[in-house]
Amino acid sequence: MDRKLANEEALKRLQDSEVYLVGAGKAIDVVPGMKKNLILHAGPPVTWEKMCGPMQGAVIGALIYEGMAKDEESARKLAASGEIEFEPNHHHQSVCPMAGVMSASMPVFIMENKKYGNFSYTNMNEGLGKCLRFGAFGDSVIERLHWMEDEMYPVLKEAIELSGGIDWKALVIQALQMGDDCHNRNRAATAMFAKIIGQYLSKVNADKEKISKVFEFINGNEHFTINITMAMCKAITDAAHNIPGSTIVTAMARNGVEFGIRVSGLGDEWFTAPANTPKGLFFPGFTQEDANPDIGDSTITETTGIGGFAMAGAPAIVAFVGGTYKDAVNFTLEMYEITGAENKNFKIPTLDFRGTPTGIDVVKVLETGLVPRINTGMAHKEPGVGQVGAGLVTAPMECFKKAARYMVEKGLNK
Amino acid sequence: MKKVNDIFGKELKVLNIGLEQFYEDLKSQDIKAIQMDWRPPAGGDSEAADLLAALLG
Repeated sequence: MDRKLANEEALKRLQDSEVYLVGAGKAIDVVPGMKKNLILHAGPPVTWEKMCGPMQGAVIGALIYEGMAKDEESARKLAASGEIEFEPNHHHQSVCPMAGVMSASMPVFIMENKKYGNFSYTNMNEGLGKCLRFGAFGDSVIERLHWMEDEMYPVLKEAIELSGGIDWKALVIQALQMGDDCHNRNRAATAMFAKIIGQYLSKVNADKEKISKVFEFINGNEHFTINITMAMCKAITDAAHNIPGSTIVTAMARNGVEFGIRVSGLGDEWFTAPANTPKGLFFPGFTQEDANPDIGDSTITETTGIGGFAMAGAPAIVAFVGGTYKDAVNFTLEMYEITGAENKNFKIPTLDFRGTPTGIDVVKVLETGLVPRINTGMAHKEPGVGQVGAGLVTAPMECFKKAARYMVEKGLNK
Repeated sequence: MKKVNDIFGKELKVLNIGLEQFYEDLKSQDIKAIQMDWRPPAGGDSEAADLLAALLG
């Protein structure tokens, strides 16, 4: 297909998708291809030996959580034995933040793209600080994961089912009007979710104390909805994927070592380059020296036209990721130069309700020399520590050059 | 005198492409000027420019 027409189709799908949170299930039961000895992770493919510290930490924690290892030592041995398979979330219609580790018993949210009929999945957010997704695997991390599986998941699953499905795109559209960028600022989205799910939680057939604890957990974690928003983005970008001739990016993801992109017209090939290290603000006691290179599937938000691309509409985010509000505005303005559309749904109130820059075009990235700007959480580079802060980072240009080279070599630009 | 020199007898209105300092200097002399937001093609990256040429044929 002609590149212009192919890109128009991809951009249409990025904007016309209608994504709902339709349920919850155990990964082993609902995530395509999930099995007991499979661990999913963020970013492009990576082997156990090459994984960064926080990803190895998260794998260690997942193996302990699954009861397959009793401690760090036995988990490391098992992970290196060849008995455990590792694959990207993206290969299983899934996305998860930071280390992005998903294992068979974990409860996941289920999203449905009602316009195009595809589904996506994500695990549930644990909060900030010492969490599996930041590479921590201490007792408190494992205990919380079991509570999430045993108590939070059944209650939430029933509440979502009682709701009949929650229009997640509508929720994100509103959150963007309320100061969220829906990547590193999720206060409005989480508040709205708490408000919506609250009315159904009250009807769940379970012990009042348990329900109350679930509500407190959601309400106490301002980032609770990031995973769900990411899964919405995955359901949107998957619908725009595999359009022959299109140069629109349909995935950006990082495994803590490499940054990878996928392009709509280039199938399931990953185009990778060494990941950059974010710069930003640190929790007390940590410095830039502690930060791991860029990690997580959460760049699916920027791929969809929110997150770092919508920072101009989220002034308060600079208190979390660093920089000034003027920087945030400039980031968004710059992204219009490398994207194909101004989103007809996602709007930025502080830019006179201009649509967010949507649909990164490999051609425009090469033409301008500008690369996608991302805001992100930062994990400690050593396993077992957890989150150290949040900051700003860019995608490596080399990924886009590799994609262009591949397209030319395979004759996919004809 | 060449016709091009006529320009210096009129009010100058300058569109500056490139180094912003030239624009700043003109503005400081109260000359009407605008600065064009311009970057070299492919950000000046010759490898990217070659790839683009091959990609767009």
